[in-house]
Amino acid sequence: MSILSVRGLAKRFGANAVIRGIDLDVEKGERIAILGASGSGKSTLLRCLNFMELPDEGTVALDGRVIGQNKRYPESELIGVRQRVGMVFQQFNLFPHMTAVGNVMEGLRTVQRQSKGEARARAEKELARVGLADKAETYPAHLSGGQKQRVAIARALALDPELLLFDEPTSALDPELVGEVLNVIRSLAEEGRTMLLVTHELGFAYHVATRVVFLADGTIHEQGTPDEVLKHPRKERTQAFLARHKEFSL
Amino acid sequence: MKWDFSSVLSNSDALIAGLIGTLRLFAICLVLGLSLGLVVGLGRYSRARWLYWPATAFVEFFRNTPVLVQILWFYFALPILLPFEISPLMASALGISLNSAAFSAEIYRGGIQSIERGQWDGARAIGMNYLQAMRRIILPQALKRMLPALTNRAIEIFKMSTLASAVAYVELLQQGKLIASLNYNPIEAYTTVAVIFFVLLWPMVQLTYVMERRLRRDE
Repeated sequence: MSILSVRGLAKRFGANAVIRGIDLDVEKGERIAILGASGSGKSTLLRCLNFMELPDEGTVALDGRVIGQNKRYPESELIGVRQRVGMVFQQFNLFPHMTAVGNVMEGLRTVQRQSKGEARARAEKELARVGLADKAETYPAHLSGGQKQRVAIARALALDPELLLFDEPTSALDPELVGEVLNVIRSLAEEGRTMLLVTHELGFAYHVATRVVFLADGTIHEQGTPDEVLKHPRKERTQAFLARHKEFSL
Repeated sequence: MKWDFSSVLSNSDALIAGLIGTLRLFAICLVLGLSLGLVVGLGRYSRARWLYWPATAFVEFFRNTPVLVQILWFYFALPILLPFEISPLMASALGISLNSAAFSAEIYRGGIQSIERGQWDGARAIGMNYLQAMRRIILPQALKRMLPALTNRAIEIFKMSTLASAVAYVELLQQGKLIASLNYNPIEAYTTVAVIFFVLLWPMVQLTYVMERRLRRDE
């Protein structure tokens, strides 16, 4: 059974239909790279999967259980979903008034009501996993962009999510900081974690993803293995997108 | 002319009674005004109409009527409409607290609105509900930005306490008036009252600067 199963998903903002009927099944251990031009609906698709945006049409099922009922999504149910589906943002969205370890502990303490000692031990473990054990007491303002994003990843991991959503995790970073974040994501991939990743890093998608999904106009335009989509795209728009991305590569 | 403060100092027990009255009224209005202000501010921030409109009506009403009129109204008019007595303290506390709530509500709303949307995203993504996100993530950051404005509010509240003299509540100005009228020494009496206010307020304001600095430790 799929971890995540999306059927007929649609989302519009006012008159602007951003997602127009998406079906997607994610199996355990899959790593799906989502590509597409800006405005193709990548981020909105991702945000619908943990209900940061509420879908207008269609269903999202986690482990075979459809979330919500008749387009009603009780907050208590969504809170459960968000602990099982972790999210990492382009702009990190760390809490600036808390230290690195405070950020990672926050969900454990406030949402899961763990004891301070328990939460702290877990948070320190996650910080060590992303290579930031020595920055536990540092406030985000004193961290580099790459370090901030790694703390954000640790914050998501602390809740033990079954599925991780990455929304352009390296797009806000200086080029020399991209590598450290991609390395952390790759190590998570090697652990066999299930993840969906919106990215412009085609090389990373090629090497790390098990499947590549290309979005255009709010629908899945083409999908397949990284080799199929990135090396031998069949659809014209995919080809044009990839050509634009390769224009300035060496 | 010759300044003679001995006629004021000989009435120091009256001034101390006034001081206690001022501090009591200030404490009540500070707590009531700023906490009710938070509730009203959250209503003003809310997208739910049944919360937004009453909060907005409250703010507009109490922001656009003079506190002195409110105090007199609560003291002289309200007991006619309602079957209970209202003390000078109650009338003054009501007027000043409600007025402060209306002004601080706008400070809270502005402060909460100034926090980036990403902070809500970050909070919700780890499973927080609205109140948890507000309490743990949004308000602590907003409070830091609001502290200078809230300090001004607190100073205002302290000084507005003198309006309670209009209903003969025993506070510093009321006692100053009393001393001046008994001893014919308005210069000394009112100067003393002004100095007492300054001596009390100035260190309090310094204290809030210390708080501001402490809140900036994450920068």
